[in-house]
Amino acid sequence: MWRLSKYLKPYWLPALLAPLFMVLEVCMDLAQPRLLQTIVDDGISAGNPDIIRHTGLLMLGAALLGVIGGVGCTIYSSIASQNFGRDLRSSLYRKIQTLSFRNLDRLPTGTLITRVTNDVTQLQTFVQMLLRMFVRAPMLIVGSLVMAVTINLKLTVILAVAVPLLFAFLFFLVRFSLPMFAKVQNRLDRVNGRLQENLNGIRVVKAFVRSDYEEERFAEVNRDYTAVMTRGMRVLSLNMPVMTLILNISIVAVLWYGGALNRTGGIEVGALIAYINYVTQMLSSMLSIGMILTFVSRAKASADRVNEVFGEQPDIVDPEHSDSVSVSGGQVEFRDVSFGYGEDGQDLALRGVSFTVRPGQTLGILGATGSGKTSLVSLIPRLYDPSSGSVLLDGVPVNEIGLSELRSQVGMVLQEANLFSGTIRDNIRFGRPDAPEDEVLRAAQAAQAHEFIERMPDGYDTRLGQKGVNLSGGQKQRIAIARAMLLRPEVLVLDDSTSAVDLTTEAKIRGALERDMTGSTKLIIAQRISAVQGADLILVMDRGRAAALGTHEELLKTSEIYRDICRSQGNEGSEAYA
Amino acid sequence: MPERPNEQRREPAGIPPGMPGPGGPGRGAPRPKERARNTGATIRRLWAYLNRQRAGLILVYILTALAALVTMISPYLLGVAIDRFITPGRLEGLLGLCLLLLGLYAGGAAATWLQAYVMTGVAQRMLQSLRGDLFRKYQQLPVSFFDTRTHGELMSRNTNDIENVSNGLNQTVTQMLTSLIVVIGSLVLMLRLNVWLTLVGLVTIPLVMLATRLIGGVTRRNFKAQQEKLGSLNGLIEESVGGQRTVQIFRREQAMQAEFGEINGELNRAAVKAQIVSGLVGPVMNMLNNMNFALIAAIGAWMVFRDMTSVGVIVSFLNYSRQFGRPISDLANQYNLIQSGVAGAERVFEILDLETEYEEEGELIGGASLRGEVAFDSVSFAYKPERPILQNVSFRAEPGQKIALVGPTGAGKTTIVNLLTRFYETTSGTISIDGRDIRELDKNDLRRSVGMVLQDAYVFAGTIRDNIRYGRLDAGDAEIERAAELANADSFIRALPRGYDTPLTMGGTNLSHGQRQLLTIARAVLADPAILILDEATSSIDTRTEMHIQEAMRSLMRGRTSFVIAHRLSTIRDADRILFMSGGTAAEQGTHDELLEARGLYYELYMSQFKRLG
Repeated sequence: MWRLSKYLKPYWLPALLAPLFMVLEVCMDLAQPRLLQTIVDDGISAGNPDIIRHTGLLMLGAALLGVIGGVGCTIYSSIASQNFGRDLRSSLYRKIQTLSFRNLDRLPTGTLITRVTNDVTQLQTFVQMLLRMFVRAPMLIVGSLVMAVTINLKLTVILAVAVPLLFAFLFFLVRFSLPMFAKVQNRLDRVNGRLQENLNGIRVVKAFVRSDYEEERFAEVNRDYTAVMTRGMRVLSLNMPVMTLILNISIVAVLWYGGALNRTGGIEVGALIAYINYVTQMLSSMLSIGMILTFVSRAKASADRVNEVFGEQPDIVDPEHSDSVSVSGGQVEFRDVSFGYGEDGQDLALRGVSFTVRPGQTLGILGATGSGKTSLVSLIPRLYDPSSGSVLLDGVPVNEIGLSELRSQVGMVLQEANLFSGTIRDNIRFGRPDAPEDEVLRAAQAAQAHEFIERMPDGYDTRLGQKGVNLSGGQKQRIAIARAMLLRPEVLVLDDSTSAVDLTTEAKIRGALERDMTGSTKLIIAQRISAVQGADLILVMDRGRAAALGTHEELLKTSEIYRDICRSQGNEGSEAYA
Repeated sequence: MPERPNEQRREPAGIPPGMPGPGGPGRGAPRPKERARNTGATIRRLWAYLNRQRAGLILVYILTALAALVTMISPYLLGVAIDRFITPGRLEGLLGLCLLLLGLYAGGAAATWLQAYVMTGVAQRMLQSLRGDLFRKYQQLPVSFFDTRTHGELMSRNTNDIENVSNGLNQTVTQMLTSLIVVIGSLVLMLRLNVWLTLVGLVTIPLVMLATRLIGGVTRRNFKAQQEKLGSLNGLIEESVGGQRTVQIFRREQAMQAEFGEINGELNRAAVKAQIVSGLVGPVMNMLNNMNFALIAAIGAWMVFRDMTSVGVIVSFLNYSRQFGRPISDLANQYNLIQSGVAGAERVFEILDLETEYEEEGELIGGASLRGEVAFDSVSFAYKPERPILQNVSFRAEPGQKIALVGPTGAGKTTIVNLLTRFYETTSGTISIDGRDIRELDKNDLRRSVGMVLQDAYVFAGTIRDNIRYGRLDAGDAEIERAAELANADSFIRALPRGYDTPLTMGGTNLSHGQRQLLTIARAVLADPAILILDEATSSIDTRTEMHIQEAMRSLMRGRTSFVIAHRLSTIRDADRILFMSGGTAAEQGTHDELLEARGLYYELYMSQFKRLG
C-alpha cells in the first residue's frame, strides 16, 4: 500500500503542513482542561477573581486559535489528498492505455472501471483522513497522557491498567470482525449474483414458470447473508458498550482514588477535574482508533486492487530500433503459426497455420464458432503475439515493426462495434481526427452509412450517447466499417462485422470495398458463404487448423468441410458446382 | 467526562455524503443525496414492516431508554461526588457513590449492548423480508417492466436502496429516541441545578445551528459541482475502458489521455473546494465546543465566587453542555441519513406497488389433454397506440404442425410468440389454444404447456445437470441424459472433465454460445411441452453444426405444434406453413413451394439468400 505514497511526494509541503496545523488544534484542545484547573484551584479556591477572568479569556483565545489549526489542516489535507488522487487516477489510466489485449482479458472491464473510480476515491479519502484524523487521535492520546502524568503521577496507575486493556480489546475485536466482514461481503456478492442471474434470465424463468423455485433459491442466499451480517454486526456492536464501560470505570476509579488523595492533600479539586478530562479525552480518542483501523483495511484492499493493475506487464511492447522500419504494399504471410490464450501456450487456438495473401487480394475466412478465425486476424496488428511461428507484413515480422506504424497500416473492424460519445463525424474520424470532410463522406458512403446518417436530424453532427446507444446494431457496425475505411490502411480486416446488417446492404458494402479499397489487402471473416464467395482466396478454419485454402470453385472440389458449409446454407448453390 | 467521544462525529463531516459505501457494487458515479417525496406514508409503511416484530421492538425501546437515562444521570452524580464528598473530604460516602456509578455504568453498557443485539436482529430480519418481497415481486412483474429498466437499476434497489433503509432505520429507531431523552432530561436537570448557568450553556447552540446550516448550504453547492465532474469523468472512464480494444487498434491512447487529464483536472479543482468547505464542519464545531467549555468554566467560576453555585455543578454542566450540543449538531447528518433511507424505501415500495401480471385468475388447462391447436384471429398489438407493432394477424396451426415465421427485423415475429405466451397482452383480437381464448387460461398453466428456446441461450450458475433439469424439476438423471442425447448435447457434455456435473459460471461463460444453445434445447426437450417455440434458437450455432443437429430439432418438434423463427431459410423449408411477416402484418402464408410459386416477397428473400450461390 505504501508504494502508492510516491503520488503524495509532489505535495509534500501541504502534506507536511496539514499535520502541523493539526498539532496547533490538538494543543489548544489540550490546554482547555489545564486552564480549567487554574480557574478552579487558583481562582475559586484561592479566591482570586482576576485569575478567573484572565484565564477565562485565555480559554476563549485558545478556542479561537485552535480553529485556525483545524481549518489550516482541512485546507492542506484537502489539497494534498485531492491532488494525490488526481495523479494516481491519471497514472492508472495511463497504465491501462498500455495494457495489451492479454492483460485486458485477465482484468475484465468492469473491475478496471471500479479500480479507476471507486478504489482511487477510497484511497483519496484515506489520505485525507491520514492527514487529519490519524494525526489527531494519536496526538490526543499521547498529549493527554503527558498532561495527566504531569498533573499527578500516582493516579497514572489507573491508566496503566486501562490503556493496555483497551488496546487488547481493540485488537481482539479487529481480529474477530475483519474475517467476518470479508464473509459478509462474500455473502452479499452471492445475493447480488443470484439476483443478477435471475434478471438476466427472467424470460426463461417466466417461460418455464419457475418463480417458486427461483424464490426459494434467492431465499437461501438471502437467509445466509442475513445470518452472517447479523452475527458480524452483533460482534461489532460490542465495541461501543465495552470501550465506554472501560472508560467509565477508569473515571470512577480516578474519582475515588483522587478523592482519597485529595483528603491527604495529594491533589487539588481542580487538578482532579482536569485529570478526569484528560482521561476522557485519551480513552475516547482510542475509540476512534478502531474506526481508523477499519479505514486502513478498506484502503489496503483498494490499494491492492490498484497495485494489481500497475503490476500488469504488457506483453506487447514496441520493438527496439523500430523507428526506421516502415512497410508498404500489404502482403500478409503466416508461417507455421501456433497460438494459445493460456499463459503456458496450452489449449491452442491456432495450430501450425501457414498462408500468404498478396497485396490487394481479398481473403475470405470461414469456419465454425471457435475454429480460430478471430484469433488468426488478431495476430496481424499484434493484439496478441503467436506462441510459435511468425506473422509477416510485407516480409517483415510484425514484432519488428513499431506498434504505431503497424497499427496504422492494419485497419480492423471488431465483431462488436464500439462507438464513443461525440458526433457521428467524430466517430468516423476516430482513427484520423484530421481527415478532410470529403473523405469522411466517401468512407460513410462506402460503408452504406451515409443514407441513414443524412436522415438523422443533425446528420453527421448528430451526437451519439455513451457507446452509441441511440443507434441500432447494424448502424453501429456500418459506422465502425466507415471508421476503419477512412484509415486507408494497407491491410483491412473485417471480423464478422456485418452480422447485424441485412443481406442487400451487406452486398453493397462488399461491392464498395472492392471498388474503393483496391489497393488494400482485405481479410474478411464471415458466416455466410455469399459474403466470401467472390474472394480471391478462401481460408477454411477447422479447430485451429487451416483446413483448406483456395478459390470457391477449387474448394467445392477439394474440401469436404467447405461443401458441408455450402450445403448447410442451401443445397442448390453447392449442387450447381458439385 | 462525556460518555461518548466527540471525535466520533468529526469524521462523517469529512466524507462526501455521496461516497459509495463498502457494500456498493461498482456503480459508476456516486449519487448525490436524495430527497424523499412522501415521507409520512413511507415511514408508516416501514413501520408496518418493523411492527411484525413488535416484541423485539418494544424491548429495544425499553433498553434504549434505560441506556439514555444512565447517560443523563451520571454527570449529575459526578457533580454530587465533587461537592458532597471530595471537596469536604468525606471518603465513606464517596465509596458508596462510586459503587452506585459503577453499577449504573455497567447497567448502561449492558443495556446498550443488548439494545444493539436485539435491534440488529430486528433490522436485519426486516431487511431480509424486504429483499425477499422485492425479489418475489420481480418474479411476478410483466416482461414489459424489464424492457424499460436496466438490470443495474433493479439491482441497486435491492442493494443500495435497502442499505440506505438500514442506515436510516438505525438512526430513527434508536438514535432519535436517545437524543430526545438525553436532550430533554439534560435540560431539566440543568435547569434544576442552575438556571443562569443553563442559559450560558445554551448560548452556543444557535451558533452551532447557524454554522451547520451555513456550511451545509455551501457544501451542497460544491458537492454538486464535484459530483457533476465526477460523473463525466466516470462516464469517460466507463466508455474508454470499455472500448479499450478499439482505442488501441486506432492508436488513440494519447488523445484519450489528454481528454482524461482535462476532465480530471476540472474534477480536482471542484473536489479541492468541496472537500475544504465540507471539512470546515469539524474544526468549527470543535471550536464552538471549546468556547462553550470556556464560558461555562469562567462564568461558572465567577458564580462560585459569588456563592451562586458550586464547583461540582460546573463539572456537571461541562458534561451536560456536550451531551446537549451533540444531538443538535448531529441533527443535519441524521436528517440526511433518514431522508435517504426514506427515499430508498420509497424506491423499493414503488416497485412493490406495481401491478403484477397475475392480477386476474384463469382456469387451469389440465396439461395432458392439450392437443396444441393454435389460432390467431385478427390479432393486433401496440405498445403505444400510434405505433402498431402487429396489425390484424390471423392464422391457424393444426396440432403437430410446424409453423415458420420469417421476415425482416422488426416485422413482428418475436411479438407473435410473446403474445402466445402472454408476455404481452393483445391490443385487440383473440388468440386461442384448442379453441379456448388464452386470456381465460391460467397464465402459468399456459406457459407450462408452451416450451421456449430463446435466442439468448441463458444458463444459470450450477451444474450442467441442474441447468437441464430446469425444464422439469422432478426429472431423474436418466431422463436428463436422454434429453441431452436428443438435443445432440450429450457428446460434448461427456467430453467435459466432469461430465454432467461440470459447474457452469454465471451466464455460462465457460461454454461456447453454440453449446449453451444445445443445453437450452435439451431443457426444452425435458419440459416436454405441447407447443414449442424456437426463437432464433440456432442463430449462434454455425450452419454446419446446425445441419448436424437438424435431426435433434426434428425429433424435438415431432408431435408438437411448433413455431420456428429463423433468418436462415434453409432451416424452415420443410415447415407446414410459412408466415412471411412484413411491417406487422402477415403478408404471405403458405408452404415453401406455394410461396415460391406466388413469386412474392418470400420468393424475393429466398432468391437473395441463394442466388449468389447459383
